Amino acid sequence: MPATLAQKLVARAAGRGAVTPGEIVTCKVDLAMIHDSSGPRRLKPMLERLGARVWDPSKVVLITDHYVPAYDEESRRIIRITRDWVRETGIDNFHDEQGICHVVLPERGHLKPGMFAVGGDSHSPTGGAFAAYMFGVGATEMLGVLVTGEIWLKVPHTIAMEFDGAFAPGVSAKDAILFLIGRFGLDGGQYQAVEYRGAAIRALPMQERMTLCNMAAELGAQTGLISSDTVTQEFLKLKDLDVWESDKDAPLLAHHRFNADELAPQVAAPHSPANTRPVTEFADVKPQLAYIGACTGAKLEDLRMAARVLKGRKSAIRLLVAPASLRDQNVARDEGTLQILLEAGAELLPNGCGICAGYGEHLLPENMIAISSTARNFRGRMGAATSQVYLASPYTVAASAAAGRICDPRELLQ
Amino acid sequence: MRAWVLGDNVDTDAIAPGRYMKFGIAEIAPHCLEALVPEFARSVRPGDVVVGGRNFGAGSSREQAPAALKHLGVAALVAESFAGLFYRNALNLGLPAVVCADAKRIHDTDTVRVDPEAGRIHIENRNETLVCEPIPAHLMEMVRDGGLLAHLEKRLGRSR
Repeated sequence: MPATLAQKLVARAAGRGAVTPGEIVTCKVDLAMIHDSSGPRRLKPMLERLGARVWDPSKVVLITDHYVPAYDEESRRIIRITRDWVRETGIDNFHDEQGICHVVLPERGHLKPGMFAVGGDSHSPTGGAFAAYMFGVGATEMLGVLVTGEIWLKVPHTIAMEFDGAFAPGVSAKDAILFLIGRFGLDGGQYQAVEYRGAAIRALPMQERMTLCNMAAELGAQTGLISSDTVTQEFLKLKDLDVWESDKDAPLLAHHRFNADELAPQVAAPHSPANTRPVTEFADVKPQLAYIGACTGAKLEDLRMAARVLKGRKSAIRLLVAPASLRDQNVARDEGTLQILLEAGAELLPNGCGICAGYGEHLLPENMIAISSTARNFRGRMGAATSQVYLASPYTVAASAAAGRICDPRELLQ
Repeated sequence: MRAWVLGDNVDTDAIAPGRYMKFGIAEIAPHCLEALVPEFARSVRPGDVVVGGRNFGAGSSREQAPAALKHLGVAALVAESFAGLFYRNALNLGLPAVVCADAKRIHDTDTVRVDPEAGRIHIENRNETLVCEPIPAHLMEMVRDGGLLAHLEKRLGRSR
């Protein structure tokens, strides 16, 4: 029987030759990623109550990103608990203040094609870009994984999103995923697996693929997947190419085809990522703040997109940049990308989740209108309930910063 | 018990705002749903039922969202559909989440009784019964135990 990529990944983890969509299976977990917010401060008391130990500390990766840098008594306490627990538990894979978990995890080589992984964060589908089955779980479910090394799963159907052709200059993965969420809604993924395919997807660099899979969360999928190829191999610096892909005739729940050439930059209006329309419909909106941040929108590729637009320009409004990882920030610095952003007037913020998750010291004040490269613009998420957040690609956020109004980046890239 | 009826796509930022995540559940719960129903946390009574439309609990993996509802005494959640991650979290905390295609037939302030095992909701003030999807058997045992932690405690206790 031909099988989808999702079925193959789940079957391997379940120790089965084949699995059928809809059946309940128990999977062995290859990797559990935990961050400081849903991590030790919640897990430690539960482990103690059970008198249980972590099933395999070598399969756990812990990353601090939500409460760093610690800025008050509570966040200092959360970070202290995290560091202490890592030491007590004997976890070697600890990345402290190195950036956002979804970006740091593959950057440090923890993910491989074929893996079955869980993360204590809803944007964990990001890992699916590496042809790994990865999805988000809550703290108690993570406890179950830490104690048993297993998790139950309803074998997902696959919804294929195929983009033929090529994305135009100034159009990015973020535009593609905002378009899909606008088209299919916040529950369009039906908690199944969404698989991105087609020539336009194959042509994307790894971090752009990560953006597509990252926002499978906002599309309501359990995970977003992309089959592995030489782009995957090179990014992870793997000796051998390990191809994980769907069989050609594997049955799909739905197969949607789009022409990438026709896609315009997209903007999601407040207060939902599903409120998406082409950028040209927002020309009268004047944001007071531009934010380039988060696992969704401040990876090295995202910073490069912003720099392509802002080179030789000044931001007309306040521009905040929080690079998603320290390593990406360092590369951006060494290659000159960061300098372009700073010369445009960008203020550099720490490598963490920050404003996107409603954390830190820079939350949006009352009535603030912002344009942001992040994933969610739910009411009050990034600050005051009266603030208004427009979501867009790093290209569009940068162009809007330069223009002082929501601006089509294709105007500035010519 | 009273039904609190909300709309589609109620997100976890509305149920448990991020800026309170650094605190414990007792500090988070008073802000539960404050942007949608300002009086909710003050007025909800133990045993009440929260009713959503499509995709209830969209967004974050934060377990504090179902935990805040449970802390306030909410006995069950009913929706046309739940966001998958939120659904798992609610059941893991022992808070029954019931999928009901006819959830829109429940009106705000109706008096309802939810039987998650049988898959039935009774609207007492209109004497109307809605049929819903029962919670899957492999999860109902865990919900009956009071959630995954209590379930694991029982399992590990038995194996010792």
